[in-house]
Amino acid sequence: MTLAYYPGCSMHGTSREYEESLLAVAAALELGLTEIADWSCCGASSAHAADHLLGVALPARNLALAEAQGADEVLAPCAACYNRLSGAVHAVAEEPGMAAKVPEVLGRAFANSVRVLSIVELLQGLAPVIEERVAARLEPNPLEHLNIAAYWGCLLVRPAAITGFDDAERPTGMDDVISACSANPVSWNMAVECCGGAFSVSRTSSVLRLSRAIIEDARHCGADAILAACPLCHANLDFRQSAMSLRGEPPMPVLYITQLVGLALGLPMAALGFERHFVDTQPLFARLAREAEKAAAAAAERDAAKAARAAAKAGAS
Amino acid sequence: MARCYQCGKCSAGCPMGAEMALPPHDIMRLTIANDRERLFNDDSLWLCLTCETCSARCPNDVDPARVIDALRELAAGEGAEHAPRNIRAFHESFLEQIRSTGRLSEVGLIMQYKLRSGALLQDVAVAPAMLRRGKLPLRPQRIAGVGEVKALMAACERERGARAAPAAGGAAAPGAGATGGHHNGEDAR
Amino acid sequence: MSRIGVFICHCGENIARTVDCGAVAEALREHPGVVVAEDYKYMCSDPGQQLIKKAIADNDLTGVVVCACSPHMHEKTFRRAAAQAGLNPFVVEMANIREHCSWIHDDRGEATAKAIDTARTIVEKVKHNKPLQTIRIPVTKRALVIGGGIAGIQAALDIADGGHEVVLVEKEASIGGHMSQLSETFPTLDCSQCILTPRMVEAYQHPRIKLYTWSEVEKVDGYIGNFSVTIRRKARSVDEDLCNGCGDCQAACPSRRIDSEFDAGLSRRPAIYTPFPQAVPNMPVLDREHCTLFKGRRKGLAKDACGKCKETCLKGAIDYDGQDTFVTEEIGAIVVATGFQLYDIGREQPAGLKGYGEYGYGEVPDVIDGLQFERLASASGPTGGEMLRPSDGAEPKTVVFVKCVGSRDPEKGMSYCSKICCMYTAKHTMLYKHKVHDGRAVVFYMDIRAAGKGYDEFSRRAIEEDGAEYIRGRVSRIFRDGDKVKVWGYDTLSHRQVVVDADMVVLATAVRPQPGIGELAQKLSVSYDQDGFLNEAHPKLRPVETNTAGVYLAGACQAPRDIPESVAMAGATAAKVLGLFSADELERDPSVALVDERTCIGCFNCEHVCPYGAIEHRDVCDMEGHVCGHVAYVNPGVCQGCGTCVAVCPSKSVELAGFTDDQVYAEINALAGW
Repeated sequence: MTLAYYPGCSMHGTSREYEESLLAVAAALELGLTEIADWSCCGASSAHAADHLLGVALPARNLALAEAQGADEVLAPCAACYNRLSGAVHAVAEEPGMAAKVPEVLGRAFANSVRVLSIVELLQGLAPVIEERVAARLEPNPLEHLNIAAYWGCLLVRPAAITGFDDAERPTGMDDVISACSANPVSWNMAVECCGGAFSVSRTSSVLRLSRAIIEDARHCGADAILAACPLCHANLDFRQSAMSLRGEPPMPVLYITQLVGLALGLPMAALGFERHFVDTQPLFARLAREAEKAAAAAAERDAAKAARAAAKAGAS
Repeated sequence: MARCYQCGKCSAGCPMGAEMALPPHDIMRLTIANDRERLFNDDSLWLCLTCETCSARCPNDVDPARVIDALRELAAGEGAEHAPRNIRAFHESFLEQIRSTGRLSEVGLIMQYKLRSGALLQDVAVAPAMLRRGKLPLRPQRIAGVGEVKALMAACERERGARAAPAAGGAAAPGAGATGGHHNGEDAR
Repeated sequence: MSRIGVFICHCGENIARTVDCGAVAEALREHPGVVVAEDYKYMCSDPGQQLIKKAIADNDLTGVVVCACSPHMHEKTFRRAAAQAGLNPFVVEMANIREHCSWIHDDRGEATAKAIDTARTIVEKVKHNKPLQTIRIPVTKRALVIGGGIAGIQAALDIADGGHEVVLVEKEASIGGHMSQLSETFPTLDCSQCILTPRMVEAYQHPRIKLYTWSEVEKVDGYIGNFSVTIRRKARSVDEDLCNGCGDCQAACPSRRIDSEFDAGLSRRPAIYTPFPQAVPNMPVLDREHCTLFKGRRKGLAKDACGKCKETCLKGAIDYDGQDTFVTEEIGAIVVATGFQLYDIGREQPAGLKGYGEYGYGEVPDVIDGLQFERLASASGPTGGEMLRPSDGAEPKTVVFVKCVGSRDPEKGMSYCSKICCMYTAKHTMLYKHKVHDGRAVVFYMDIRAAGKGYDEFSRRAIEEDGAEYIRGRVSRIFRDGDKVKVWGYDTLSHRQVVVDADMVVLATAVRPQPGIGELAQKLSVSYDQDGFLNEAHPKLRPVETNTAGVYLAGACQAPRDIPESVAMAGATAAKVLGLFSADELERDPSVALVDERTCIGCFNCEHVCPYGAIEHRDVCDMEGHVCGHVAYVNPGVCQGCGTCVAVCPSKSVELAGFTDDQVYAEINALAGW
């Protein structure tokens, strides 16, 4: 099984910390990702709106390159890229004429033989490994005190015919990853509602309205932070957060799923790119660390008291 | 399309439904009625985020998201400038980026977008913060296969021209229409 | 020498549109053995039948071919007409030029040619037809009614009042069905219990009704007039003869946290329980699945973990060791009245269905279904009829009603309209507004389907007099938001998104047939549609009969039905059953298999393949009267004329009357032009 890696454009720009944390986690879990050589943009939200065939052909070029590289699977961590790549696989397989048309337009061979993997599927599959590593760590674990809302957005769950690895309305895969990291998934309402996506630049007012509703519901449902798996969602929830009038509430940190896994694996925060966020994550982690220490101290006290009682009992008998 | 029974569930869950003059179920109705004028002289089509909520929850397996995509393609093919200037500028800049480097440079996208949309000062204040966080690499990544990508895009445009030609009575938009220069079309915003 | 008449029907335009009926008549007039050929607009009408009768008399016909619709439709009609004219009815055959020709072809020339070929083929067959005599079989004048809801009760009472014995089988512990759970009924708002319970008691006390509750149909053998039905009497653990219904056992039971089926999960019941105070019979049943004693026994505990109910019972009626028992009843006719269940919006669904994730998969406590609302509104319900919501017992000030949940939704549920929801939702808004005067009742609907006497007036009254707010549009999402339930909808008439902060949401979920309907249908050889509803024999003309003679349908097992329709259907089945029971013998089609005992080799292949168990063994004796072998014999009362035995007989000793080899070869030869 060869796993090719399709970074997508954002991973080299506004979501650098996503790639940094992904590569750090991949190294720690010995995943062996091979970047697709000379990959090109998948067309994201613009190509399909202009021309259906272009919306298939742009991602298909990268699938063809992965095939040529001998890959069986392609990891597309960006939710938009995942959706476009997976959509191309589906379109070529299902739409009449596409299988012939696409190689012609690409000017290269394309057998449509590669499976596209989302970051959630990958990490969900690795949940037992992550859980094991977390359990092996001895120091007080701040993540045990983290209540985090898994935000799926649109592109990982819709259309179900293209994504389909989880329930489209109430997906559970990200919660599994959160639990494996020893954090607590929050039950909330906005997991699959849209953040405003690609209107970040062109219609910011809509994005602010939609993303604000997401952040408010997360807070309302007791989340300390939101977990994202999409650069676009992250930008809208993190970068645009300061522009939302959030009624004097403290800011809501937004973590990439790979950053959470990195923390769970004990990787240093510096390697996970937290400093690149707009909403500062330090206050949250400082608080979690304090809570963890407090809990550890309380546990130690309980243990000592227990030992003392046991000793007294032994002495008495 | 004939399956649409106007239940409104698409519009009920549409994140942009509150901002659209023609929410998804109206777009479906007008499409069935072939009322191009009302569809194309309104910016609702361009307010669709393609979040696919409508299609996912449709009780009768109608796919409004695909219909809206197809309508946008049709609208662009007619050469008319229906899209709000900002949104059109964004899409055009996006594709132009891919055409010239094979990938999307977010800096390049924003610069182009500003020129096209006229929103020169939008988000200017945040640029230093972006730069400071290393999120804006100024040098675009130009891939080796950029020629291949350009050829691919040209091939798709030829295909589209060929599809549109019979329908538009030979007056199809020229291949370069979608990306050509500045537009002075009416801006509904 | 054959003298055959051919009669070609136009069926209005159904046939004549594509087939040139005059040309068919002309062509057939030239066919050897045909002495008369006529076409007419409606051959099944009285003038059409007169035309045939006159032709028989005038031409001294020996056979008749009617070129018209399927024999399923009108073979009986034309055979009866011929018999009235003095001809043996079994020399009359139909050539199907409608379903098999005009309805499926467009080209008039080709269709006409095919109709001519078809007619000639049947003429050749009829030349070999022999006069047959109808078979007469005795009728057991006892009816079985499956299901003790309002439809089953009504059917049982009507048949019993007509003078015949009825066996009424109900799988639950009490009869009454869903109607016993309802609060008030549309369109008159009369109390469901008040009109139902007297009927339940009447059925229980009727001298000609034998009631088996907590029982199911296990096996059905036989045929119309002569069914033999095995009934499984599930172990009740309570002796029905000893129990006096005092209720002490229920009070003593320590397992009290089991969801009450009767209250649709809104209250708890003990493991030994009577479903509701007005239950008939008023006698508890022990739920072995949830009983502490039986749980212990399943775990293999050496000593019983409980025994409280038995200790308490002064009558000694509790029996922990009773097993399921079986009784066999001889039956002449069967009425199926198994009713419905409601679609469940949960994540776990049977094949082909999906739940409603966007409505929270049924996990939001204040999102309930229509039957749960009935229990909340009912004086006998868990709140004593007070309108209090499940989560915290508060009075809901805003209630949202959502119609078409699972109905008219091919993606997640059923494509059909569940029919009763528009009316019961209107009723719910009234019941709610009558109890909570300052409350808001908001209804999301696609259409208001209120066809029926007084129905539209009723639903208008909900809006005009009781102030229900009707919003035209489906709901996209429902989720819990603090102590509210958020509802995202759309008003397609005023063109705006509508968000309601509700205190409670009632989903009008789809009506589906009962679980297990497929197995029952197979036991009865009755077909069912893709949704599991049992098929009637003809949607218009035989709406309560099935394709299996002697099996009839009443109520919601056939399609979503409201109470008036269920009762009407029940009465109709009773009329059919009483008609059947009005004679001592029943006439049967003589198209049955016949074994030639001289050539039968006694291999009994026929016995193995016969789906009806019609093959019997007959002794063959030598000259001295000693048994020297066996041959097959077909019981003509049981045989259904399917012909399977004919196909497997290695010595060609079986023939099917009306479909002999001679006849079939004659048809083939005619068709092949030999």
